[in-house]
Amino acid sequence: MSQSVPIELNITSSAKCLPVVRGAVEKMAKVEGFGEMDSHALVLAIDEALANVIEHGYEGKDDQPITIALMSVKSKDGHPGIAVTVRDKGRQVDPGKIKGRPLEEVRPGGLGVHIIKSVMDEVEYSCPPDGGMLLRMVKYLGGAASAAFGNAPEEGQAKGLAQKGE
Amino acid sequence: MSTNTNNLVKEVRKAPEATIVALSGDVDLHHSPALHAALVDVAGDRPKRLVLDMSGVPYIDSSGVGTFVEVFGRVTAYKGKMVFFGLNDRVRSVFEITKLDKFFVICQNEDQATQA
Repeated sequence: MSQSVPIELNITSSAKCLPVVRGAVEKMAKVEGFGEMDSHALVLAIDEALANVIEHGYEGKDDQPITIALMSVKSKDGHPGIAVTVRDKGRQVDPGKIKGRPLEEVRPGGLGVHIIKSVMDEVEYSCPPDGGMLLRMVKYLGGAASAAFGNAPEEGQAKGLAQKGE
Repeated sequence: MSTNTNNLVKEVRKAPEATIVALSGDVDLHHSPALHAALVDVAGDRPKRLVLDMSGVPYIDSSGVGTFVEVFGRVTAYKGKMVFFGLNDRVRSVFEITKLDKFFVICQNEDQATQA
């Protein structure tokens, strides 16, 4: 996998920062050749990841550090993509317990992880030894997640998405 | 009637069978709490039909979706209807991926929404 120099954004854990990050991510996605819906998927996944850090990792404190790094990458079979890391110093959670909830329950909350795992091709949470959480995720142009987002999934596709999210 | 109850609620209009709320801006973690308060206020008048004009909403995240789900619960609890129209492809895709397009009534335009 070839990689380029990363772009790094350092923000505080304030929801006011989210539109700024969304704007920067969207610009990078377009520079890398992402279309409208793939750009939106990447923006949405990063936005949801940051919202989870703000709400859960930092429990609403708005002055804590978050670092977002983006870099263009290529998959083993040559598909261009963007890799993202989101690093915080908040509460650590067992990565095995970070799961989306069943969508059959129509209630607020718990949809962010489902969205992230549905629209990204790779998602990996880890607990660095010096504290906080590290989320690494990748979206490839033409990746499996691209096919489902922005088009109403058929039954088979929806099943595939659910399996991918586990 | 036109009111600015927060910076996302552009307009609230009362018709005989519906209250139409026009939204403008990103429905995200920053704006969702104020939007929730505004919609709870509107739903408190128990309109038969709460119509949400989303044509001014370029972006929504899961906190925004959660806001609508919570208000949807309030409206259906008093046997009212909550109807959306004017969704762009980005907003619609978020409803679809969370499968809420199966629960919400989504119309093409205001005429359909006020009669759905």
